[in-house]
Amino acid sequence: MGLLSATMSLARYRVEGRIPDPFLETVRERLKNHAIREIDNDPAEKSIGWTCFENPFQPDFENVNLVFGTHLVFSLRIDKKQIPAKVLKKHLDMAVIKRLKQTERNSLTKNEKQELREEVARRLYVRIPATPNVYEVVWNYEGQALWFFSTQKAANEELESIFAKTFKLSIIRMFPFTEADMICGLTDEQKDLLYKAAPTVFQGGANA
Amino acid sequence: MLDVAVAYNRYKYLGNEFLTWLWFMMDTDRSGLAFPEAESTELEIGNRIVLENNRQNRDETITIKGDGAGLEEGVLALKKGALVTEVSLIMKAPEAEWRFQIKGESLNITGLKPPEKNPAEKSEDIEERVLEQIAHVERAADLVHQLYQQFIQQRLSEDWAETTVPAITRWMNQAAAS
Repeated sequence: MGLLSATMSLARYRVEGRIPDPFLETVRERLKNHAIREIDNDPAEKSIGWTCFENPFQPDFENVNLVFGTHLVFSLRIDKKQIPAKVLKKHLDMAVIKRLKQTERNSLTKNEKQELREEVARRLYVRIPATPNVYEVVWNYEGQALWFFSTQKAANEELESIFAKTFKLSIIRMFPFTEADMICGLTDEQKDLLYKAAPTVFQGGANA
Repeated sequence: MLDVAVAYNRYKYLGNEFLTWLWFMMDTDRSGLAFPEAESTELEIGNRIVLENNRQNRDETITIKGDGAGLEEGVLALKKGALVTEVSLIMKAPEAEWRFQIKGESLNITGLKPPEKNPAEKSEDIEERVLEQIAHVERAADLVHQLYQQFIQQRLSEDWAETTVPAITRWMNQAAAS
């Protein structure tokens, strides 16, 4: 559902604030500072960072083309590992048996079991490759508009968080209220009406 | 400004009213819709429309889909107090067609299918393809924005309660009776 797919889905944002000059070098530097970190063969469960649009699995912000016409194009990558529940259960059961044998006890406390679960998961995360998800970002810097090619709530929340951290700019998702309040050219008087608005009743009942 | 999550939930009804108004306008006053390149562009309801009725704690969802599906049940649901929460649209310009869905509560654009190109005409140049896709998305995003802007200007005017709401109510009743 990305930018070059036959079918696309996107959420729209408004970006407020300016990037200091030199513009493109600053953008490259900031993307590089928050680039995706590979977590294969690593106990981390999740990694979130920027990557290049053209080569999302080998990001090279120094040499890649970021500017397409009047837009900046790059991608957000979210790598996540998932241990199948039955695999985790098997390894946890084996670890519990081993621990009981070592300590010559009959049972573990809830906390001990939780710690063991985390330890087992960390061991398994090293052996499991992360599943990458790549979502394109198209940013019309002068027009203060940004498109994010996913409508998944979790992915959008990650975008908002990492974008604000990376560029120190305000990124606001466009939905009925924000779109009306920020980009529909409303007067102060109309904005007051918007804030006080209530659902319309079309048929003699309450719709909300 | 309000907290974003609070604003999203408190005002999501505006998006549903927008889609309901859009259906009304397309059915009764298509030329009154103002959007970019309106004179050379046609707008139609596509093959999916979702309505929700939350009146009197009913929580009903009515989904109408399929290329040959009639919208009668949707009209009936409107009459019972439902609003449109999701709609698929077809934007037709000479020799080009965009299909996409809009969700009322988020105004997200989903399932956007830009005009199809003859495989022989497809460029191998990545920059060219990206610019082409950006132009297609821009066309759909501009349409949604312009229509929503027209709606919100009307929604916040005195005309809304005095003229538009009675007209929409009449349209719902007439459409359901026919």
